[in-house]
Amino acid sequence: MVAIIDYGLGNLGSIANMLKVIGEKPLITDNTDVVRDADRLVLPGVGAFDAGMSRLEQAGLADAIREEAGKGKPVLGICLGMQLLGRRSEEGRMTGLGLIPFDNVHFSLPEGSCLKIPHMGWDVVEFRQESPLLAGITGRQRYYFVHSYHARCDSTENVLMVCDYGYEFASAVVKDNVYGVQFHPEKSHNFGMALLENFVKRC
Amino acid sequence: MYNRPRIIPVLLIDDRDMVKTVRFKDPTYLGDPINAVKIFNRKEVDELSILDISATKRGREPDFAELKDIASEAFMPLSYGGGITRIEQVRELLAIGYEKVVINSALVRDPSLVEHAAEMFGAQSIVASIDAKLVKGGYHCVICGGQETIGLSPVDLAKKAEALGVGEILINSVDNDGGMKGYDIGLVKGVSSAVSIPVTACGGAGGIHDLGRVLREGGAHAAAGGSMFVYYGRLKAVLITAPGEEELIQAGIYEADC
Repeated sequence: MVAIIDYGLGNLGSIANMLKVIGEKPLITDNTDVVRDADRLVLPGVGAFDAGMSRLEQAGLADAIREEAGKGKPVLGICLGMQLLGRRSEEGRMTGLGLIPFDNVHFSLPEGSCLKIPHMGWDVVEFRQESPLLAGITGRQRYYFVHSYHARCDSTENVLMVCDYGYEFASAVVKDNVYGVQFHPEKSHNFGMALLENFVKRC
Repeated sequence: MYNRPRIIPVLLIDDRDMVKTVRFKDPTYLGDPINAVKIFNRKEVDELSILDISATKRGREPDFAELKDIASEAFMPLSYGGGITRIEQVRELLAIGYEKVVINSALVRDPSLVEHAAEMFGAQSIVASIDAKLVKGGYHCVICGGQETIGLSPVDLAKKAEALGVGEILINSVDNDGGMKGYDIGLVKGVSSAVSIPVTACGGAGGIHDLGRVLREGGAHAAAGGSMFVYYGRLKAVLITAPGEEELIQAGIYEADC
């Protein structure tokens, strides 16, 4: 069973809808017992870093996620959920889950750039390593992004995909059984569905 | 750099019917919105906007049951507008699968709602929708489905919305609505150059050419439309459609490669 972690911020319905089409029976939950029983965890999220992290901490979910990830349970963070997998963010003061060595930084576009922040819309990505999450996915992939902060990894070994918006940034991160995507697979048509399907079937 | 402006079909709903207006009037029945959403999903459109044109006029809440069914068929970014008066409604919409909530009348009637919603759910979740009409050579904003004229220009209202913290502006021309003769480029340009947040143009799109023009000349970040996605041909036969990736690349709207 896939548990979609509900901490009051995020588009839970959209993720559940797409998982149902894939044939899963996802459970939306804020219960740490369910998190421990689940085969896989999806950590969604839209909003601010500190708001998300403090809710995870208060509900005891942060510890449960850290422990389950430590035991090898597959975890997929989406958007803010991905950013929470890191150590910290320029957006707030709280400590993140610290499951992957990266920090979140604000886009710093060159002076006079015509690009707007947030980075919003469809964008293409480049895969940087092989992963069960990307198994069998070929050709140009595009995904829907909405974000003002992005991951900056300590090491390229944690960079799963990159995207270019003024400069290249990590649009997906990985460490062992923990995955994070900055974009919204649940809102990215078949491109996103292929990725979520890999997460529930191959990761 | 990959440059892909969003092309956004706008579906108008009125008591669970999909309709299309002309100059905000005479809603024509087109069919079932859920069926249309399924087709737009297959066409892999960039984003979809659902606007309930009668909710505010009739003082009615968003139709959550219907909106939930619509969202379950849509695997693209979704926005909803119509009848928003309380923050709980925004929360509920985000929970059932809408990424963005579009606010029009409340922008004028209850600005603090807009401010709180943007603060609580993030700027990217809140879209300010501005409907503008030409009156004696000047643009005036209207609310409540065009029924009420307010004493602000679209540029002023857009600046006010930006200050309240919204993440995006949807500027719609009442005069061009349903005309399929092109956007009001001057109106769009006026607003897009007055704010630094993304502006989506709406009102008047008749074809791909119009989309390209408003993006290039109007400074729009995205191009939305109604009629061109639901009508086909001179006689306006109802046909749910959207230009494909190849067509948009050929028209120079999407760049082929990054």
